[in-house]
Amino acid sequence: MEARYKVGEKVRVTKAYPPGHIRTPFYIRGHTGTVERICGAFPNPEELAQMRDGLPAQPLYRVRFRQKDVWPDYQGPEADVVEIEIYQHWLEKA
Amino acid sequence: MKDTGNYKPLTYFQLMEVSLRELLVEKGLLTEEQIRREVDDMRGRTPERGAKVVARAWLDPEFKRRLLENGTKACEELGLDVPALKLVVVENTPQVHNVIVCTLCSCYPRMLLGIPPDWYKSRAYRSRMVREPRGVLEEFGLIVPSEIQVRVHDSTADMRYLVLPMRPAGTEGWSEERLAALVTRDSMIGVSAPRSPGKNA
Repeated sequence: MEARYKVGEKVRVTKAYPPGHIRTPFYIRGHTGTVERICGAFPNPEELAQMRDGLPAQPLYRVRFRQKDVWPDYQGPEADVVEIEIYQHWLEKA
Repeated sequence: MKDTGNYKPLTYFQLMEVSLRELLVEKGLLTEEQIRREVDDMRGRTPERGAKVVARAWLDPEFKRRLLENGTKACEELGLDVPALKLVVVENTPQVHNVIVCTLCSCYPRMLLGIPPDWYKSRAYRSRMVREPRGVLEEFGLIVPSEIQVRVHDSTADMRYLVLPMRPAGTEGWSEERLAALVTRDSMIGVSAPRSPGKNA
């Protein structure tokens, strides 16, 4: 599967709460960040957890979020960030 | 398992482990010897492996460049086998401090750092490091000045992370072995700085 987003592009994490083995942390769902790098493509862990092959492999991104955007009461400086790996099917164009 | 000398009943997970292991052996899927060897291998992996990588990167700018570009490949150059480990090395600089956490479970670069410390797997570390990193770092004794950016890496999927700490001042001309002795496990997770050379000279 082709990577849909480029490094530097703004993306939003889908705000959804499906059941199952999900590697997208709750705290980041619905937030917008910037693609830091593309890590390659990996079998979808949600499918692997169901004993399926997880194919086609999903592009995996490292997305950078501003802490102030993620936690409204964040105490540190503006510049602080958190970076998280997110699979393409959890991302939308922001 | 901890050898405390005192009898304590097995916990739920210990009992599960024993039952599963005995079943696997009984069914002929694994042998006791294979299990013993795997446990041995796991114990053999210590943070010294990671320290070697860091010390080499401090000494060899070309190696460092390759390490930051593709951690897995660079480790293979050092004869460190990092199977199934897609390694991302993040570099501390005078402007950026990196720290690693896995909020979902306890993903950790075991091939380079061995078995993770208990606190790394604790609920408190996993939930707090991501939302109040500076406070947690302070509890580890590390105060990051506000002009330095704190970058938290939540290790949620297929990558594993290693922090490349800054080389301590006063180590000019040191050998790789001497440098490696300054590199602690915690400094490669990002919760502390390497040892200072004074205490080690």
